[in-house]
Amino acid sequence: MISDNYIIQVSDLGKKYIIGHQKQAHYHTLRDSMAHWGRGIWQRLRRPLSPNQEKVDLEEFWALKDINFEMPQGERVGIIGPNGAGKSTLLKILSRITEPTTGRVHIRGRVSSLLEVGTGFHPELTGRENIFLNGAILGMTRAEIKRKFDEIVAFAEVEKFLDTPVKRYSSGMYVRLAFAVAAHLEPEILIVDEVLAVGDGQFQKKCLRKMEDVGQEGRTVLFVSHNMPMIASLCDRCILLNNGRICEYDTTKKVIDLYYSKDGIGNGEVDFTRRDRQPGDKSARLLKVRTLNSQGETTTEIRIDEPVTVEMEYELLADNLGVTPEFVFWNAEGVCVFDAQDTPVDPRGELKKEKGLYLARCHIPPDFLNDGTYYIGFLLSKAFKTNWHFNEKDILMLRIVDPLDNIITRGWYSGKIPGVVRPVLQWESVKMSYN
Amino acid sequence: MHEIIIEPDKSVKHYWRELWQYRGLFYFLTWRDLLVRYKQTVFGIAWSVLRPVLTMLILTVVFGKIAHLPSGGTPYPILVFVAMLPWQFFSSTLTVGGTSIVTHSNMITKIYFPRLIIPTTSMVVSLVDFAISFVLLLVLMIVYGFWPNSKIFVLPLLLILAAMTSLGIGYWVTALNVKYRDFRYIIPFLVQFGLYISPVGFSSALVPDAWRLIYSLNPMVGVIDGFRWALLGNQIVLYIPGFILSIVLSMILFISGIWFFRKTERSFADII
Repeated sequence: MISDNYIIQVSDLGKKYIIGHQKQAHYHTLRDSMAHWGRGIWQRLRRPLSPNQEKVDLEEFWALKDINFEMPQGERVGIIGPNGAGKSTLLKILSRITEPTTGRVHIRGRVSSLLEVGTGFHPELTGRENIFLNGAILGMTRAEIKRKFDEIVAFAEVEKFLDTPVKRYSSGMYVRLAFAVAAHLEPEILIVDEVLAVGDGQFQKKCLRKMEDVGQEGRTVLFVSHNMPMIASLCDRCILLNNGRICEYDTTKKVIDLYYSKDGIGNGEVDFTRRDRQPGDKSARLLKVRTLNSQGETTTEIRIDEPVTVEMEYELLADNLGVTPEFVFWNAEGVCVFDAQDTPVDPRGELKKEKGLYLARCHIPPDFLNDGTYYIGFLLSKAFKTNWHFNEKDILMLRIVDPLDNIITRGWYSGKIPGVVRPVLQWESVKMSYN
Repeated sequence: MHEIIIEPDKSVKHYWRELWQYRGLFYFLTWRDLLVRYKQTVFGIAWSVLRPVLTMLILTVVFGKIAHLPSGGTPYPILVFVAMLPWQFFSSTLTVGGTSIVTHSNMITKIYFPRLIIPTTSMVVSLVDFAISFVLLLVLMIVYGFWPNSKIFVLPLLLILAAMTSLGIGYWVTALNVKYRDFRYIIPFLVQFGLYISPVGFSSALVPDAWRLIYSLNPMVGVIDGFRWALLGNQIVLYIPGFILSIVLSMILFISGIWFFRKTERSFADII
């Protein structure tokens, strides 16, 4: 049933890319094109009735297909899904950066899209100048920027550096300023892509609060993120995208649970080999990831006093690679708890690995993490380099539960114990004197 | 209420109205380009003075003093400087504008706005240089005691003609450069080459009459001749058929440029 009470209505939306044209060749040269035309004409002349061969050679790829949904006004909707599911393409179409191939979108209101903070920032310009410039780029009028100027400056905490070129800013200040401008937009519809994944924890929280305010003011927000805790705390409902199609559009909790369960029905394993594409690049691919309990069974839930093992299977497609597998744990507040690397085995990534299948395993001791929900990311970094072969965030969810029967870490207290970790440490308590 | 419909291949009905709505962005981008222009340069704004003066000196020495080309009674530096006004306006619009979409690829892939704004901004920035050069010309004229007559009031129209020519070619080149980066090499060549085939360092009266109409196929010939006619008093006779040809060509370039740019701009974000 199509209701009339929507602010965004998307019907039969699709976006097709031609792989080999737009994807592989970064840009053409005129010569390539001329040679291409030349070949085409030659073939036409030789065999006028045969199908156009050049066309057959190109592969079509639907980044989005049959997308249908409606958003009522004032709702905050999250879009989640694995990498390459089409999340960014959808946002780009909704913010009119790229055109759809099929379908129609009807939007009733002013849209501001934040696909990146600091778009159009110029390093040579001062903070003051960049506020005006970035505001204008994001669609604010001059009067609007002037009115909010002081608020933006206070939010970014850069008062002292207003007349310094932003190229002299620390990266933290830069991001704060960029986000401050964005946070003071007042559109009817706000489209946000993964921009909150920047800045220090303190500032992230501030941004989060600001975003919540935005939602409470009756504004409609469409939010793409890999950060499940953030999605969970910000969004009323969620769209789960996979392979360019909508799998589910329901309440956030249901959709997040579905997302983490769809590959192994809640058993703590994701098998990428069953998907069309595996995360990775030309030389390495991520195949499988899982969390195991002490019995070696895959699991999503573990007692606080139990050890847990995290595994990833990956494939190296080239010889002589120096790689470092890493597991990154995030908690429900969006704080990175730790980033474990296999440096004890191979401190500098000097072990050159041959092509083939590999398993990396990491044991997390019992009584280490506090109870709560954790999201695990999997990364294969290149030795000596700051980039990676794959970096998949929030692939697995792990719940650490405290059954309240272990008095070693909590005594007789039964409430929530604060802290990111809850280690069992060595204690010494001795009586020192009578008085 | 503000309503947006997004459909494939939709010819934007309200294109011009939307362009008007985004005038604030146009203003700020121009302002930014002007601000950034001379930051961290030692001579700062003096470059806007030095560049045309040095170019004028070189052209005067090469064409006037060494080659001894006739100037038709006008002091050679003035003959050259008048032609340099539209030429520099044209070349800087084309040089900066031609690669502008690629330079701003970051914005193109992250934010929606009518893309036409970007190459047009470079024209306005060039206009500021034009104004500075124009003041220099007036100084030069005072030095030589050379006064223009009332034809000077036609100058704004000629400036529009120059703008249309620059933007027309600029739009074509900008849009093509997104897909074919060859234009990155073609633009500097075009500008350098154009300086010699356009009558900047010499008078177009030197071109044999039989070739004059063909010579006017270069739309900048009409623009430059127009400038000389408007500023250099009665010594200059305007070659009317060539001038009309230039106007027609400029219009065709301008209109087709906008058409082509609009046709291709919707795929910019995908192929950039």
